[in-house]
Amino acid sequence: MAFYIASIIAILATVMVITRYNMIHALLYLVVSFLAVAVIFFMLGAPFVAALEVIIYAGAIVVLIIFVIMMLNMKEESVEQERKWFSKNIWIGPGILALVLLGELVYILVTSERVLLNNAVVDSKAVGMSLYGPYIIGVELCGLLLMAGIVGAYHLGRQRRKVIHRFLEKTEE
Amino acid sequence: MNALPIDMGLLLAGVLFTLGLISVLIRRNIIFMLISVEIMLNAAGLAFIVAGSRWAQADGQVMFIFILTMAAAEVSVGLALILQIYHQLKTLDSDAADKMNG
Amino acid sequence: MIKLLWLIPTLPFLGALILILTGSRLSWRIAACIGAGSIGLAAILTILVGYDFLASGKEAYLHVAWNWFQAGDLSTTFSFYLDSLSMVFIFVITFVGFLIHIYSIEFMQEDEGFSRFFAYLNLFVCSMLILVLADNLVLLYLGWEGVGLCSYLLIGFWYTEEKNGYAARKAFIITRVGDTAMAVGLFLLFTVFHTLNIQDILTQAPLLWTTGASMAVVIGFLLLGGAVGKSAQLPLQTWLPDAMAGPSPVSALIHAATMVTAGVYLITRMHIVYELAPLAQLWVGIIGAITLLIAGFSALTQFDLKRVLAYSTISQIGYMFLAMGVGAWSAAIFHFMIHAFFKALLFLAAGAIIMALHHEHDMFRMGGLKNKLPVIYWTFLIGAASLAALPFVTAGFYSKDQILWLAWAGEKGNLWFFLAALTGAVVTAVYTFRMVFITFFGEAKTKISHVPGMRITVPLMVLAALSFAGGFIELPHTLGHFTLFSDYLSPLLPAVTLKEGIETTEWTIQLVTAVLALGGLYLTYILYVKQPQLSNEIKSSTFELHQFWFRGWDFDALYNFVFVRPFVFLSRINKNDVIDQFYTGLVQITEYFNSAFVKTQNGVLRWYVMSIVVGAILILTISLFVQP
Repeated sequence: MAFYIASIIAILATVMVITRYNMIHALLYLVVSFLAVAVIFFMLGAPFVAALEVIIYAGAIVVLIIFVIMMLNMKEESVEQERKWFSKNIWIGPGILALVLLGELVYILVTSERVLLNNAVVDSKAVGMSLYGPYIIGVELCGLLLMAGIVGAYHLGRQRRKVIHRFLEKTEE
Repeated sequence: MNALPIDMGLLLAGVLFTLGLISVLIRRNIIFMLISVEIMLNAAGLAFIVAGSRWAQADGQVMFIFILTMAAAEVSVGLALILQIYHQLKTLDSDAADKMNG
Repeated sequence: MIKLLWLIPTLPFLGALILILTGSRLSWRIAACIGAGSIGLAAILTILVGYDFLASGKEAYLHVAWNWFQAGDLSTTFSFYLDSLSMVFIFVITFVGFLIHIYSIEFMQEDEGFSRFFAYLNLFVCSMLILVLADNLVLLYLGWEGVGLCSYLLIGFWYTEEKNGYAARKAFIITRVGDTAMAVGLFLLFTVFHTLNIQDILTQAPLLWTTGASMAVVIGFLLLGGAVGKSAQLPLQTWLPDAMAGPSPVSALIHAATMVTAGVYLITRMHIVYELAPLAQLWVGIIGAITLLIAGFSALTQFDLKRVLAYSTISQIGYMFLAMGVGAWSAAIFHFMIHAFFKALLFLAAGAIIMALHHEHDMFRMGGLKNKLPVIYWTFLIGAASLAALPFVTAGFYSKDQILWLAWAGEKGNLWFFLAALTGAVVTAVYTFRMVFITFFGEAKTKISHVPGMRITVPLMVLAALSFAGGFIELPHTLGHFTLFSDYLSPLLPAVTLKEGIETTEWTIQLVTAVLALGGLYLTYILYVKQPQLSNEIKSSTFELHQFWFRGWDFDALYNFVFVRPFVFLSRINKNDVIDQFYTGLVQITEYFNSAFVKTQNGVLRWYVMSIVVGAILILTISLFVQP
């Protein structure tokens, strides 16, 4: 029962995310959605991942986005702008495509055999053994990816400084 | 606690994914597009967890951790790009960034 | 000394090389020294080599310079083969060539392309020498095409005028028709003999073929095709009159003395093949007979001095072909040599006249030059007498008489050949002296602007002496029976077997020839000097015929109708290259898709996402509903 409640909350929250004009509101709904998914993870016997969902998704990533939004200093007019971009017609094409995709997913689920989930808990120790056992290459690649992410974010995020010179005015990195 | 059918978990993942997809398609604000991508990645992770739960194995969770890492890296780079775009174009409209025809 | 044979073609080649590489940087004096000097040295060398060759008493001398290329059975060397036949040719080429070079120094002095002219001329002499000295047919073909190229370059020497370029292209393309036939002939020869060495072919041919073998006939006809193209015989004769667009020394050297006789050389060189193919040989004679008449009648009607000489050249080469047709090989070569002397003389003299009269080509505007240009008058007269074969004193009489006699008395001769040759002789006398009378007699119509100097008159006098005295090295039975020339050629070229019991008629034939030539002269004298109005009356009463002959029997119009227009028509149809359409179509399709897909790359991010989604749905649908 709790699964269905969490599911409904997750779906409703997500719908709210995609329909908000205000970015901060959308992000708060996103946090709700992530928390609901975290509950589902817990119920599916993955407590470690549920914790990660809360810490990283609902925590770190959302906070990062909020920081950026604050840096950009969005004003009321951005909400108006968003409202203007959000016409009715824009829903049609994506809606049809998404429905087709969803329909196919449902079809696959319906036609496949019904399997019940066992509620065995896979604890963090098993996950850790697996991560540093057969998936060690993946972990190293992830380290590399994060490194690249850091370097890329640093490089891209630098601002150009304006240099004031007596004779020449030029932009410098 | 009743045993859940696997369909329901996967259906939830599909619905979340589809919602994220719709959002990516309809939004012009580039930050919203990034948020939608996060929703989709999360849905994909959910599908892995459900599958991992089905076999009671750790692999699903491992995959989720990889996706999580990837999402974090993607968000950091994506936000840096958004900052850069905003500074260059003074807007968050993704359609405005079509100058390079890339 | 004979070891230096290879130097004879090499010297002109070096001359051409220096002149081409230095371009027009040399002063005309140095260019003239190189141009004429290289040929002069070659001429001196020819004498020394010739002396050695005659003194050695051998039949032939072979000099292998280097191995040119080797492919399968075919091994082609760059080797020069000297025998009595090629000796005659290199003698004529280097000597007449040298005189013409001397002449050209003055003739072309004012011309901008002086150095270019000598470069082409040297290259021509080199190619012609390679042609006649070649030991194998591949090398001969190299020289053959080389002279064709130089002919093209020199006809179009004054390329700024469009009609000169047209004449050059015409000459090149028409001779190419013959050359193609010749190339096919060479391929056939190779398939039969597995060699293209001339001597090997000539020794093997009688062993392999019986007389009248079909292969021999086919090859004979194909080689005849090449000879006909180069020597401007029917049906490929139309290029030569137009080739007069080139400078006069070119007409003298290439289109009178040497290159146009390459066909005669080729057929004589391969005479064993023709002996084995009587049908082909008969056709050589028939072509010669018809050509000499057609060209002779056309010459009667021309008013351009050089065109008269051009038609006369065609006609005289027709005599050589006729001689070869009846197997009178040495008579053909003898006539070639004498013709080279007097025709070069006539062309050079004509060139001097044209130069003296402000480049006036029209004979009817000349007149009265007898007293004003006496040297040219006398030398021209000697040349004309030789061409008209005035009896007993001129070289032309002895060479032509021999052909007439053998056309009558030779085993392969017949009445028709004889009658054609006889008619041709009268026509020759008429058009020759028509030319002389119109040009030199009567009243002067154009003022003289340039009196020819030593460099022009000396070569004329030398050539006049040769056209006068050259005939005495070969006298008929009836007049001294002196056969130096045919004896010299006899090891190589067989004598003609006469019909039985015909020797007694020789006197009659000679008398008839002499009387006809003199009669032609007298007739012309009446028509153009005594009663000039008579010639005009004849002309106006037969105006249609006159025009028909003037246009060279309308061969140009015929070819234009039969070949040129259909070709132009076809090429117009195929303007867009039907086969190429397929490939341009491919390109167009690619470009179409390119332009279509370029639109999809519009830089709008949502469009890309949409495309990805559509693609994903498609793939999912296919994998779901299309079961493998």
